[in-house]
Formats: sequence, C-alpha cells, structure tokens
Amino acid sequence: MADLLRAELLRKEFGGLVAVDDVDFTIPTGTIVSLIGPNGAGKTTFFNMLTGVYKPTSGKIILHGEQVGGKPPHAITQRGVGRTFQNIRLFQTMTALENVLVGMHTQLKGGIVQSILKTPKIRREEREARVHARELLRFSGLGDVDEEEYARNLSYGDQRRLEVARALAIEPKLLLLDEPTAGMNPQETLEFTAFVAKLRADRELTILLIEHDMRVVMGISDRVTVFDYGEKIAEGTPAEIQKNERVIEAYLGSGATAA
Amino acid sequence: MAIRRRTGFLDPVRERVEVLERRVLGDDAGPVARRTFNRGLSAVIVGFLGMLILAPLYGFSVAAILAWLVFVVLYVPPWEVIPRVGRFVRPLLALSLAATYPFYALNMFTIPIFGAFPDVATGVKMLVFAMMAIGLNIVVGYAGLLDLGYVAFYAIGSYTVAWFASIQFAHQNIHFWPAGVPSSLPGIHISIWLLLALAGILTAIVGVIIGLPTLRLRGDYLAIVTLGFGEIMPQVARNGDDFFGTGFNLTNGPNGITPIDSPGFGSFTFLAGHGSFFTPDRLFFWTAILLVLFTVFCSLRLRDSRLGRAWIAIREDETAAAAMGVPLMRTKTWAYAAGAFFGGIAGGYYASFKSATFPGDFFFNISVLILCMVILGGMGNIWGVMVGALFLEYLDSEGLANTGAWLNSNLGLNIDVPKYEFGIFGLILVVVMLFRPQGLIPSARRKAEFEVGVHDEPLYNATHG
Repeated sequence: MADLLRAELLRKEFGGLVAVDDVDFTIPTGTIVSLIGPNGAGKTTFFNMLTGVYKPTSGKIILHGEQVGGKPPHAITQRGVGRTFQNIRLFQTMTALENVLVGMHTQLKGGIVQSILKTPKIRREEREARVHARELLRFSGLGDVDEEEYARNLSYGDQRRLEVARALAIEPKLLLLDEPTAGMNPQETLEFTAFVAKLRADRELTILLIEHDMRVVMGISDRVTVFDYGEKIAEGTPAEIQKNERVIEAYLGSGATAA
Repeated sequence: MAIRRRTGFLDPVRERVEVLERRVLGDDAGPVARRTFNRGLSAVIVGFLGMLILAPLYGFSVAAILAWLVFVVLYVPPWEVIPRVGRFVRPLLALSLAATYPFYALNMFTIPIFGAFPDVATGVKMLVFAMMAIGLNIVVGYAGLLDLGYVAFYAIGSYTVAWFASIQFAHQNIHFWPAGVPSSLPGIHISIWLLLALAGILTAIVGVIIGLPTLRLRGDYLAIVTLGFGEIMPQVARNGDDFFGTGFNLTNGPNGITPIDSPGFGSFTFLAGHGSFFTPDRLFFWTAILLVLFTVFCSLRLRDSRLGRAWIAIREDETAAAAMGVPLMRTKTWAYAAGAFFGGIAGGYYASFKSATFPGDFFFNISVLILCMVILGGMGNIWGVMVGALFLEYLDSEGLANTGAWLNSNLGLNIDVPKYEFGIFGLILVVVMLFRPQGLIPSARRKAEFEVGVHDEPLYNATHG
C-alpha cells in the first residue's frame, strides 16, 4: 500500500515552545488514521501544518510524492486535502447550499468576465454545481434541511454535517477531521462514526482523524498515532495502542501503570 | 426557559401591528399577504404623516399626492409573486421614474426642512456617487476589506480622462474620435467613451498594483495602508506639475486640468446639447443612469457568481475560505480591481461632466463620504447602498444648504450649516448604528447577521434563571 501522505521530521516552534517535535508520520492510501493525545499535545498544530495554515519550522510534508510543506492552504486544498475544523467554521451567513458551493471553488472555472456575461458555459457549470451540491448535502445526512437556510441557523449536529459536506465538495483524496464528534451526544456520535466508515467505503477516501472519544477511535481506525508534548510516543493498531504503557502513562499519569 | 429577544423601543408598536394584522387577515395568512398588509399600513402612515406636515405648510399639492400614489404602486403590491417578470417590476418602475425625472423635477412640491427637489445637475452628481458607492460596496460589502482610500481610484479615473481629453499635453496633437473638438486644437483628444473604458481598466490595474502588497494585511492594518494611499493621491496631483523636479507637468498642480472635452458624437457634444429637449444636464443625467445600470448589472452578476461567493466566504472566515481552496490574495485582488474599475469610470465621467479636475476634489473626506454611503444604506445590498449614496450626496450638494436656510429663517439664526457637513454625517451614522446597525436596506445576509441565531443563543440565561 502506497503512502498518500508522509511527514518527515516535521517540526513547529512558536518562539521557544516546540509544539511539534520532529515527527515522522505516514498515512497509507485508503486507511483511517487517528491522531490522539492529551490536550496541548500538538495534534491541531500538526493538522494545521498539513493543511498549510502554519508553515513548518523544518521538515517535509510529502503528498503524492510532492513536497507541499509551507505551501499556502488553498494550494494544498487544490491537491486534494479537505478538512473540517475543531470549532465549527462555517460561513455563517451563507446558506447551506452556498457553503458547499464555496467548497467547489477549485473545480469551477468561472472568471470575472464570464461571470458578468453569464456565458452558456457558466450557466451550465453553475447548474451542475448546484445539482452536485444538493447530492453532497443529501449524502451527508442533510437531505431534510432547507438548503436555503443560513448555516448559523442550523442545529449543532447539522452544522457538523455541513462542514463535512463542504469538505467533501473539494473532492478530497485525504480528509482531515478535527474532533468531529466534539459536543455530540452518544447517539449522534454513533451515527457519525458510521458515517465516517461509509465515507471511506463509498468515496475511497483516506481519513485522518483527531479525536478524543476512544470508542470512535478504537471502533473505526486502522492505525492510531499518539502525541504527547509534541512528540509521537506510540503508533500502531488500536489493540496495540490500548496496551501501550507510554500511552497509558500519558493519559493517566505514571502511577497508573504500577497499579 | 424562554429565549430572550432583543428589545427595542418600537416593540410595543410592533405588537399592536401584529394584533391588528391578525384581526384583519385571520390567523393563518400567508407571508405574502402579511407582507403586503404591512407595506400597505406603512404607506397609509407615510401618507397620513405627509399630509399632516405638508398640508398646513403648503396647502394641498397635486404633485405630493401623485408622488404618494407612485410610492404606493411601487411599494405595496406584492409584485414579486408574479412568475418570471415579477421581480423586474419594481426596478423597472423605479428606473422609469428616474429616467423621466428631468421632466418633472421643477414641478415637484417642497419638502419641509429639506426644501425643493434636487435639480438635474445635482442628480448627475448623485448618480456618479451612487456608482462609486456600488463599486466600493464590492470591496467593503462583499469581500469585507475596509478601504479608506477609495478616493484614489476616483482621482485616477478623473485624471485619466483629463489627460487624454484636454490641452494638458499641448506639445502633442493626437485626435481620436473626439466630439466637437477642432482638429487644430493641440493636446490629446480621445473620445470620452473610449476614455471611460480606459479609465476603468487603468484604475483596475492600479488597484491590482496597490492591492498585491497591501492585501496581505488584515483588518485595521489594511485600513491604515489604504488610508495612506488615499492621502498620497491628492498630494501627487498637487505636486505633479513638476514631476520629480524634471519640469514635466503631469497634473498641472493645484490649478487642475480644465477644460476637459465633453462626451458626444461627431460634432454633437453634451456641453452644447441640442434644442430645449436635449439640454446638457439631461444628457449627462441619462448617461449617468446608464452607467449606474451597468454598475448594478455587473455587481449583481458578480455577487451571484463563483467569485462573489468566494468574496463573501473570505469576509466570513478567511481561514476556512482558504481551506476550501479559495486563493486569498488573488480573490481579494479581484475584489479590489472590480471596485477600482467602477470608481475609475465614475471619476472619469464626473471629470468630463464638470469639465475640470482639481487635486482638492480628492481628499480623505470623499473616501469617508463614500464609505458612509455604503454603511448607511446597508453594506452588501446594492439597493441599500444606492439609496444611501443618493441621499448623502443630495445632502452634500443641496440638502444641507436648504436645511440650513430653513433653520436660519425659522429660528432667526445665522449658522452656516453645510460647514458642519461631516459632523452631521457623523451624527446620522451614529443614529443609524444605534437604531439600525445593519443599514437602512440591508441584504438578507447582513440582516441575518444581526438576528439572534442558533450560534449566539446563550446556553443558559442568567437573568431568567
């Protein structure tokens, strides 16, 4: 199995603080990889480097064999990396449909002059984009939601789903989900876990997941990577991670292993 | 626990209206019926108040009653329910009213305090500023980039037309389809119509050049840099009569460039007009309407395009927009260029209308004035911005003088009211921000921003336990 994404000795410093410390990391194509770790372990910083929000201090990010570390976010998105945010970042006063349409920005071609003239090509493109966006809304479980409703008026769970629909609109090969079940109740979490599994099966996606809920992580991950204080302390299958002493120590303190 | 709603001093009135509405329409009236009822009620109230104020002062005026009827026809019926053509009814009615304005402008009634309706020449000014405000709206209202130096684009447009349609460069003798310019006249004389396009394109290019380094900045920093740019322009114009000490006279310094050729075709010019029907003011007025139409059309098309969505996405959340593949720099630069384009055309047209351009026309206060128009009218909504622009520019050029005259004669004062123009505009802005922060006619989007949404409902409410 080829690696879709490979991070080599990736490092991020904020002033004197080393948020991510020379991490090697791979995501094989077609897998669900989870990234876990206590708060402040550097997971989101790592995520933000992969998506171009932060520039790595050193190290490489190789996507499909191309070095993308330090490229701006939109360039990385254009290479097929979609993401959601830890605290929902929808376009609040855009409708559900418009949110998804923004996700299609890269696929659509309309330039400034064609848009003003509204050439037949643009008309067709816009029409098709809308059809596709509605499909994505349905696929993400928003079939019953009014597509003309502003994102800010949707329920919390629907906003989470809309974020995924929007990320899918960029037609990613790699989908990064940053704590997608945060704030969900157990039932919603269960549904969401099933949805992520379906995503991989139906859309042949590779997924990187930051998650705190261990039932989600252990349930759907092929591999789990554990961060602590910016370092990768363990990596393996969910079963291996559950038994790993350093992981237990990181989560529960050093007394836990002795007991 | 009830969700606490924002309260205002008009709430009791609103409640009464709702009760009345239910009594008249029944409990299960559709939204269209309710909207129509509300509009009808407002029209009745406006008519009643108008009569109450106008009649004792001026007696009954046929023009005032006609004006009220026109307002009722335009505003009250639910035109939008007619399929396909319905949504064009209101804009078309408004347009025909505007286009025929020169014919009835002088026969209108007098409004208390504000005085007579603006004359046609003022109308041209108002329309030019409407065009600029709609252009700035692309930058501020759509893309959310605070531009405090928009006047610079107005200046560049003005000087572009001034250079290529006057005797400024007298050692040249280039003529290209000018209207009514004898071929012996020195200087560069190019058709104004071509120059308007050139002014737009040139200004857009300047916008891109300015935008590339500055648009990397966010929020306040961008505002400061654009402010600086706006300050630089009039200084360049003022000192451009000896460009970098080379003796090259680019802008003719504080004296400005005048006269500037008039638009026209062949030997027919707007300045000369044709008979008593095609007076210069009317010709300029109608052309300005066409230019505003063009701006509105482009602006609406852009708003609903891929690019427009990207602009709004950037305004909402830059980080998320970038994560969706929207290239921030390029998209912002396009907004800047589009805004500059219309500012340039408007400036060029205005220069040709005034037949002059001076460095003093392009000071910071004009940037602020145009920004006020956008905010007052309702950021993001073209119709709101247009109303804001027409109203403020009317106040600027006629309204305040009239109001001042009324105040002075009725209160026995001697105040030069137009001198306090910007104080008054500031006061208007403060009042609007207090009572209607979304602007007079906000876009649906912006209205939603000021409503309580799921997002900002408190999880628990301390005061209501």
